[in-house]
Amino acid sequence: MSEQFEPVIVGFLCNWCSYRAADLAGTARIKYAPNMRSIRVMCSGRVDPQFVLKALRQGADGVLIAGCHPGECHYVNGNIKAIRRFILLKKMLRQLGVEEQRIQLVWASASEGIILASKVDEMTEQIRALGPLNWNKTVLGSGNGHHDEIAEPMVEEVLNV
Amino acid sequence: MSKEKVGVYVCHCGTNIAGTVDVSDVATWAGENNDNVAVARDYKFMCSSLGQELIEEDIKEQGLTRVVVAACSPHMHEKTFRGACERAGLNSYLFEMANIREHDSWATTNKEAATQKAKALVNAAVDRVVQQSPLEPIPVDINPNTLIVGGGIAGITAALELADAGNHVILVEREPSIGGHMAQLDKTFPTLDCSACILTPKMFDAGNHDNITLLSYSEVESVDGYIGNFTVNIRKKAKSVDEELCTGCGICEEKCPIRVVDDVFEAGLGYRKVCYRPFPQAVPKFPVIDRENCTYFRTGKCRLCETSCPTNAIKFDQEDETLQLTVGNIILATGYDLFDARRIPQYGFGRYENIFSSLEFERMVNAAGPTSGKIVLRDGVTTPESVAIVHCVGSRDKNYNEYCSKVCCMYSLKFAHLVHERLPDAECYNFYIDMRTPGKGYEEFYHRLLEEGTHFIRGRVANVTDAALNDNEVNKLIVQAEDTLIGTQRRIPVDMVILSSGVESRHDAKEVTQLFKMGCDFDGFFIERHPKLDPIATMTEGIFIAGACQGPKDIPDSVAQGAAAAARVAGLIQRGTVMMEPVRAHIDQEKCSGCRICNNMCPYNAIVFHEDRNVSEVVTALCQGCGTCVAACPSGIISGAHFTNDQVFSEIEGILWDVSPEKVLA
Repeated sequence: MSEQFEPVIVGFLCNWCSYRAADLAGTARIKYAPNMRSIRVMCSGRVDPQFVLKALRQGADGVLIAGCHPGECHYVNGNIKAIRRFILLKKMLRQLGVEEQRIQLVWASASEGIILASKVDEMTEQIRALGPLNWNKTVLGSGNGHHDEIAEPMVEEVLNV
Repeated sequence: MSKEKVGVYVCHCGTNIAGTVDVSDVATWAGENNDNVAVARDYKFMCSSLGQELIEEDIKEQGLTRVVVAACSPHMHEKTFRGACERAGLNSYLFEMANIREHDSWATTNKEAATQKAKALVNAAVDRVVQQSPLEPIPVDINPNTLIVGGGIAGITAALELADAGNHVILVEREPSIGGHMAQLDKTFPTLDCSACILTPKMFDAGNHDNITLLSYSEVESVDGYIGNFTVNIRKKAKSVDEELCTGCGICEEKCPIRVVDDVFEAGLGYRKVCYRPFPQAVPKFPVIDRENCTYFRTGKCRLCETSCPTNAIKFDQEDETLQLTVGNIILATGYDLFDARRIPQYGFGRYENIFSSLEFERMVNAAGPTSGKIVLRDGVTTPESVAIVHCVGSRDKNYNEYCSKVCCMYSLKFAHLVHERLPDAECYNFYIDMRTPGKGYEEFYHRLLEEGTHFIRGRVANVTDAALNDNEVNKLIVQAEDTLIGTQRRIPVDMVILSSGVESRHDAKEVTQLFKMGCDFDGFFIERHPKLDPIATMTEGIFIAGACQGPKDIPDSVAQGAAAAARVAGLIQRGTVMMEPVRAHIDQEKCSGCRICNNMCPYNAIVFHEDRNVSEVVTALCQGCGTCVAACPSGIISGAHFTNDQVFSEIEGILWDVSPEKVLA
């Protein structure tokens, strides 16, 4: 039996809703994939695109951003700023050849442990199907038959945060 | 950076963590694999005083410069361990928690994966804590005034408790009178106290208390600020009555020629005038004019109320007023809505005239209600010979609300008692799923009803129909249910059906949560800070909840929660200041390019732009620490204390300690 690929997902959870949703999922003993490792931020609006890039550069196979539902943000509208940045970042990553399932966003209020848990399960399966994120092969192109001497350092510069 | 001496403490939490995570492996691993770790231990219960002493001793004896505890959620015990650090002379912001219980051991059964994840979370916390800086909490003064939203029994109780303790309260009520649902009830279970008799003295006190400003017929429009310093805009709807002049004599109400169905107080069963007070004991005593239905406002004619008023208090040209108030704390006691039984078509409410909602029946049996307390059919004269009471309407039903509404069994028993009392010859059937009577004297009341001769049929009602199958059923409403105790279908023909509707969150609960920047659960009930240990506070400091807005509750529970919320607020007022987390943004004045991108980002307008120097600056007192400006700054020169870029980057690196090196883009 070949060993199953276990993706590593970094989750940025907002302090007020999603981190508590994950707390609640635990308290309620909802079992979900252990592949997501959480980092607490005060607000999803604090998630600097650099954080996502840093995690992907550092070897994460995916990044999950979780915040309060629109309109319920503890800081009025930080989650709206998060979604704007998320959309732009996703576009950029797509151009770099990073599959869109690798960065995802979910709204989970403090009572929605189950929503957060099922999102982690769903995302884990999607990324498991995609396989590991291997920058050297997929993004920088050395492994996919395409090697660009001009583009490569530029891409690296963008990612070099 | 010079090497730090980090102490790592991995908690077993009994078997809560140790049952899934190999805690000693995690501790040993942390000690061996992270250069900054000076001490690494695992211990049965870190939150115990012995566990805390362990940290304190190590700080003093080993000279630890940073502490990491891997245990439960920081929302549980961050404060505990910060205290331990402080006691040993270590700044509490040089402490970090790794959540290996809620986020790890409780969320999986895979021991190997859980241990691996625990190592990642611990490593991340160690790498992060090394980057942390000492900080001091920010003191904030508490404005001693309190806003209470909702004048039902929970809000009234909270207001009186605070006011009696010498604090000023602004009590805002949407309807023309305070009293809430309790004012509509006739008797209260299980003591059969007259609801109005026990409520109206409290209403009167609240309306006449020197320390309570009562704003009836008013709604909160906007809320800004934070604990200690909220600025609230309240719209005081035009009553068309000058409160300075009105004596509450009631002549205007008497003279008003227009009657409309009263959907609110009389639950649609009775009428009210257009110039009205919802009920005679209304507080405040002033009537309001319902402009939508008033002849004068529709046609420009009538003015009977105006001409009959002995003090010229009727003011047709009165306009809505917006009041701006500053308060230190807010208690939300916005109550509940009753489930609308029309949503269950097979129960026939609205289709068959002799089916009544529970609130309609409540008004019917009320001596001050539309039928003066007589139990009659919709025609207003016929006395029913048989009554069916259907429990769990809209409750414990996956199609509507899955939860139990907590009060319906008891009020249904009360209804049965009132039927026996007023109509001794009538048969009364209660259809229930389970009889839920947890409360002081509640089970005893159920036994009393068993003796009074109520027929209890255990089974959820399938439908109510008028289609007769035999002569006994002609001109009757037939209630169909499976009697699950004897395993047969029953058809009970009755004259009157009462649907015991469940409790739902207010239809506009969502808007209220948005207004006050807090959360509500799937069902629309407000989320408490902790379901067991803090059912009064919310996630937003300075905002408390009381009564059925938090979940279905009976009167004693609502009163208890109202008083508890008042006690919490009184404690804050007495202390005078609270310490706020020093999680605040700071703009490096030397490096700011003055691009002003952050200016519009801030939801609190906490960033000012200095035209003369061409730089932006954060007003620390206004900043709430969300960090959105930090993320937005194109120069990267805004730092968010305790959540700096360097801290998060280190955390990311630490959390990904185990990925294969070839995946890392060096």
